[in-house]
Amino acid sequence: MKKRGFWHGYLKATTIKKWIRQDASAALMFLAPSACGFALFYLIPFAMSVFDSFMDNTVDNHFTGLNNYRELLASDSFRKAASNTFYFSAVSVPLILVLSLGIAVILNKNMYLRKWLRTAYVLPLVVPVASVVLVWQILFDWNGSMNAWLSGGFGFDRVDWMKTDAARYVILVVYLWKNIGYNVILLLAGLQQIPKDYYETAQIEGAGRLRQFGGITLIYLTSTMFFVVIMSIINSFKVFRETYLIAGDYPHDSIYGMQHYMNNMFSSLDIQKLTAAATLMAGCILLIVLALFTLERQYRRFME
Amino acid sequence: MAAVMKKSALTVVMCAIAILLLFPIVITFTNSLMTDQEIGMNYGQIGQMNQAVAGREHAFVNLKLLPDQVTLMQYGKVLVDSPRYLAMFWNSVFLVAPIIAGQVLVAALAAYALSKLKFRGREFLFLVYVLTMLMPFQVTLVPNYIIADKLGLLGSANAIILPGIFAAFGVFMLRQFMLEIPYAYIEAAKMDGAGHVRIFCKIIIPMVKPGLAALVILLFVDYWNMVEQPLVFLDDPFKQPLSVFLSRIDGEGIASAASMIYMAPAVLLFLFAETYFIKGVQLSGIKG
Repeated sequence: MKKRGFWHGYLKATTIKKWIRQDASAALMFLAPSACGFALFYLIPFAMSVFDSFMDNTVDNHFTGLNNYRELLASDSFRKAASNTFYFSAVSVPLILVLSLGIAVILNKNMYLRKWLRTAYVLPLVVPVASVVLVWQILFDWNGSMNAWLSGGFGFDRVDWMKTDAARYVILVVYLWKNIGYNVILLLAGLQQIPKDYYETAQIEGAGRLRQFGGITLIYLTSTMFFVVIMSIINSFKVFRETYLIAGDYPHDSIYGMQHYMNNMFSSLDIQKLTAAATLMAGCILLIVLALFTLERQYRRFME
Repeated sequence: MAAVMKKSALTVVMCAIAILLLFPIVITFTNSLMTDQEIGMNYGQIGQMNQAVAGREHAFVNLKLLPDQVTLMQYGKVLVDSPRYLAMFWNSVFLVAPIIAGQVLVAALAAYALSKLKFRGREFLFLVYVLTMLMPFQVTLVPNYIIADKLGLLGSANAIILPGIFAAFGVFMLRQFMLEIPYAYIEAAKMDGAGHVRIFCKIIIPMVKPGLAALVILLFVDYWNMVEQPLVFLDDPFKQPLSVFLSRIDGEGIASAASMIYMAPAVLLFLFAETYFIKGVQLSGIKG
């Protein structure tokens, strides 16, 4: 109550200024636990690791410039890991985008069991990876069910799924299985925000299904799409969990990703290569995310 | 009539996709009710590439949807005969519970500052949080390892719990929820002489309860699943959580039951609070 009396004598502008000042000290209080922990466990160590990536591993630790990066880029396993990770994302992200958009659009229509279906699509997201590893093994083993069906029913030759290039597709399936529900609920939220009368107007003006989809749905879904793309890229990195549990430290070449590379550098204590790789990967993700955000802003401006 | 037909056709197609997605879960469940012998007979072929060539028919595993004889034997074995399993289950619980409790608390405080208090550098700070959130685990691995080493946390559960508490995700999500609260409420409370602590406890927290619930589920699902962190930070196999242990179980006929027990808390929590979960995910996707 005392404070109120204190504020009353001031002009409005001063009041607001004071408020901001009061806010700033309160903000410090509220932020302190998070910011301290965040700095201690993420920011400072990350800066240290970037710093390390420019050092050599002799005892006196002196600056070697881009040497580590040069070595990293020259290493075959890094190049393999980087290109695998890149191609996996480049294939899986557009694919999951199309599939989840399709499912979301249909689910958004009038249909039976809608709520149940949505639950079914999201369920894989909450199932722990380790619990279904067994099923993937049953399906994709050399003696597995997939081979039994393919060779029994269609006369195909057996495929050693996890030990040939086919491993790529297995991981792709696992990724789609796991993440499609997440994208579907994000896209559903986006779809529900599009006002119904846009479609009605379009219909009256004689726009066909396809026109409506391209001209209304896709346009108004853009900002949701950007978020979905970003999350899909992030999740495409997380498929390492599945890969690791199914195939271990050294899986087939076609699915040996950045995460394997970094884990293995870590086990062999090659901190120079590891920090350089981490810095490079962080830099790439930063660039991708910033590029997507800029693109979105440009697009929005263009729309207005 | 045509509309009903179309509606039904769409439903059938979507159900087919749903069945495909649920397939691994259903199989795990039904197989968890089989006897050892049946599991052995059906799946004994896994990983035996060289021995399998002789008789082609018998070489393949036999994926069976329904058990010949329904039994809870596997569950009994997991829960009663393998104390190691239960110990690991508790390892998981003791890793995940403090992370959730800590992150929800710390993140709620920070999210309030980042959404409702005005100060310089607010946007920039938020951007830093978001960017960190987007980094895959392997990028933060080295930094986490360095700091755990410096603080003497290596090999202890704290090396996983502490970074978990301060991860950026909670801040990001709760901020999205708090942005939805009209600023007028806070101004009105201020007029009545309430301080920020009061506003936070009496207005903000009750209003973001759905957000808190969604965050708890999302964190639970994510950390219950963790594989990378324990592999790096816990070298003692007896400290490992179930997620790591499960993949090492070999076909002793208990893997399905063990998987079901592991899956149950996450799935039940999700089904129980599905609306919150979906709302939480959807809100995190709408940028403020």
